[in-house]
Amino acid sequence: MIRCVARAATTTDAFNAVAEPRRRQILDALADGERPVNDLARDLGLAQPQMSKHLRVLREVGAVEMREDGRRRLYRLNGAALKPIHDWVKTYERSWSDRFDQLDVVLEELKQREVEEVDGSDG
Amino acid sequence: MTAVTDSNEATLTLPTDEQILITRAFDAPKHLVFEAFTTPELVKRWWHAKRGEMTVAEIDLRVGGRWRYVMVAGDGTEVGFHGEYREVVPNERLVSTETYEGLPEGVTEEQGTTVNTATFAESNGRTTLTILVQAPSREARDAIIASGMEDGLQDALTLLEQVTQSLR
Repeated sequence: MIRCVARAATTTDAFNAVAEPRRRQILDALADGERPVNDLARDLGLAQPQMSKHLRVLREVGAVEMREDGRRRLYRLNGAALKPIHDWVKTYERSWSDRFDQLDVVLEELKQREVEEVDGSDG
Repeated sequence: MTAVTDSNEATLTLPTDEQILITRAFDAPKHLVFEAFTTPELVKRWWHAKRGEMTVAEIDLRVGGRWRYVMVAGDGTEVGFHGEYREVVPNERLVSTETYEGLPEGVTEEQGTTVNTATFAESNGRTTLTILVQAPSREARDAIIASGMEDGLQDALTLLEQVTQSLR
């Protein structure tokens, strides 16, 4: 574990682990239940080594758990460890999202204004 | 759903322990996004994120110039932010400091100030806005993210419900 922290200090942090968009997709995909690695890799269009890397980061912070079933490695969400950090980052993101949705409205008006200015100068 | 390039969804990542990176695409050229970002009357219309009303939006857009935003939330609480512009490249890049005016007792202004870099990149008439928030410490960054919780408590509760269901 200490070796891992030295190698990738930021990704072994729980908040960073969850803030990475790819890893959030993995967590979403696991929300419906336990899945084997190759299933996940196929569904998310990731090569297996990459998928394993992401899963390792998630495991290190306790966000997912793994068990072996014969030769298969099955991953599942550990929601209890995940819930507070997920809420935390997501909610902050949401406040920016709402802000930008308002900005969209303003930009539409500015675009309209430019169209009218061009029309006006023609006439 | 997974297509990042043509969606207009805001994404948030934490590149380092002291940073927050927010990215969002807009269906407008960058000079308009920059205008909406730096014109007080326009800022007043979007910065509140529908969580209150902006009573102050002051912008002195030049290096060394000051800015200040104040929002009054639905329950009457007032939140203020201010800072100084460090770099102003019209339609391209804006670097400014940001200090929250309601810092808790014992937190110095320096500990509560972030440096925000906004860049505006246009491609095919669309603009990608990225905002990099550089906090002085990991504690400061985490406090900023935690502040979002109050704004969106209801959202948080809904999420909690969803995640709880996924536990089974």
